[in-house]
Amino acid sequence: MNQPVNPADIHKAIVEQQKIQDRKKLMVNGVLLLLLLAAPFVMYPVFLMKILCFALFAVAFNLLFGFTGLLSFGHAAFLATGGYTTGYLLSHFSGLTTEMGIIAGTATATLLGLAFALLSIRRQGIYFAMVTLALAQLVFFFFVQSEFTGGEDGMHGIPRGELFGLINLEDNLNMYYFVLVVFIACYLLVQRIVSSPYGQILKAIKQNEPRAVSLGYNVDRYKILAFVISAALAGLAGSMKSVVFQLASLNDAHWHMSGEVILMTLVGGMGTLLGPVVGATFVVNIEYQLSQGPLRDWVDPILGGIFVLTVLAFRSGIVGELQKFMRKNLG
Amino acid sequence: MTMIFGVPLAVLSGQLLIGIINGAFYALLSLGLAVIFGLLKIINFAHGAMYMLGALVTVVLFDLLGVNYWVALFVAPVLVGAFGMLIEYFLLRRIAGQDHIYSLLLTFGVALIIQGVLTNIYGVSGLRYSMPDMFKGGINLGFMFLPYYRAWVIVVALLVCFGTWFIIEKTKLGSYLRAGTEDSQLMQGFGINVPLLVSLTYGFGVMLAAFAGVLAAPIYSVTPVMGSNILIVVFAVVVIGGMGSIGGAIITGILMGVIEGLTKTFYPPASSAVIFLVMVLVLMIRPTGLFGKEA
Repeated sequence: MNQPVNPADIHKAIVEQQKIQDRKKLMVNGVLLLLLLAAPFVMYPVFLMKILCFALFAVAFNLLFGFTGLLSFGHAAFLATGGYTTGYLLSHFSGLTTEMGIIAGTATATLLGLAFALLSIRRQGIYFAMVTLALAQLVFFFFVQSEFTGGEDGMHGIPRGELFGLINLEDNLNMYYFVLVVFIACYLLVQRIVSSPYGQILKAIKQNEPRAVSLGYNVDRYKILAFVISAALAGLAGSMKSVVFQLASLNDAHWHMSGEVILMTLVGGMGTLLGPVVGATFVVNIEYQLSQGPLRDWVDPILGGIFVLTVLAFRSGIVGELQKFMRKNLG
Repeated sequence: MTMIFGVPLAVLSGQLLIGIINGAFYALLSLGLAVIFGLLKIINFAHGAMYMLGALVTVVLFDLLGVNYWVALFVAPVLVGAFGMLIEYFLLRRIAGQDHIYSLLLTFGVALIIQGVLTNIYGVSGLRYSMPDMFKGGINLGFMFLPYYRAWVIVVALLVCFGTWFIIEKTKLGSYLRAGTEDSQLMQGFGINVPLLVSLTYGFGVMLAAFAGVLAAPIYSVTPVMGSNILIVVFAVVVIGGMGSIGGAIITGILMGVIEGLTKTFYPPASSAVIFLVMVLVLMIRPTGLFGKEA
């Protein structure tokens, strides 16, 4: 005999389930946080900061590619614009504290992102990729020609300065915790955006744009906003990177960098929150390991191979595949 | 000496000539991209690498086997085209029918591999390739000096472009190709081997790029990275022209070469960026490109 099921019980069960999942998530995040806090005592802080900067870059990119479905092949432009602006300001105006330089760099990248978005947003798919690529190349040539960037030599000796005029960032540990705080704040921001009603609309656009249009959403406006936020975070990553390394160079503006961030996101798992972080960690480590060993001249072809393999065989990336595996085997 | 806008006529016409030649290369390359994209919906990021392979194969064949320019003009594109078909068969075919973005990412990875491996073998300093004897020298047109080889490049590139346009737009084979992209299942039902057609089309587009590479070998520095920067310019050309049209790719290519040449004469610092600036302008005024039909 079937017992009549009380809808209230089902609801209760779902809420319970949700609570357990939330608690699990909280525990995982807590462990991760502890690891990040302890990491600089085990590993070289500058290397960790490099990973964090690229992770932020990839998280920014993923907001656009993974959650909105727009493939930008020009994100290097924002990384470099943030880096150069911050570097220039901090080098030339000694009255500026570090965070002001970083804010200014981020703001410039944001404006550039708005310009890119307005020009490219009406194109779709690969046209969008090509337009953003060409726009970024324009920015690249601007940096090559400009005096203030130091051209091929790059911008050297950017002072790290003092945070709020109080905390000395020349100290690697201080610098690390500052970068970590910014990174976590941005990560939580993206998490919040993705799970907000706005984020749901972005997902709807990604899945089926005509449907989103017919539901009455002004799709272009949502996409522009996503692009601008993504550009801002990428600029922030570049600004912090230039402070950490005290260096801004043309490498950051080159389209190879735009390709690299795609690789990071893809390998880690696009459209997942943790994916780009894992991907950035993976790629930065691989590049470092290879550059130390006998394969140091083979970094590019190996990255290319990883690219091909990821696209062909495991497109959901490391995190995506793990999630699939867990769903299958652990219910 | 005759001056035009404060620039000697000889200088202006010289830059114009260089512009037309660069334009011929842009046209050949963007035509290949347009053929591959228009018929297969694959965006071929490896196109620059294929162009480079064409030039490199020419040089290597000459160094190792003494193969001369005229033979290379046929052999190199065929070899590279066959290589392209292998890539299509073993890699691109696996992701057919999925989002076009994946074909872009896949070919990007392929380009990285080809370029990286060859850089390790040949370095980036540039290989020497000497021009066939009959092309040495040139003709004095009175207002400028026209080297024979450059005249040849312009003529042959235009012929190949026109031939390609003719085949695709005006012949039976072309109509099969176009029909195959409209509805490949129906075509298959008519007894036409569509997968083979797809392989051949990709191979043909790649051949065009390799052919441009052979033409480039005697006048440009041949290095494993020579394709990577020109590719981005060609992308911009394609955006300006609009992806829908094959004729548009040819006209825009030459036009952009000329504009670049003029910029080099009147305001050199902007010459490498001017095509991208034109692209921005075109996007603002006509988002579908000059000849594009796609929205």
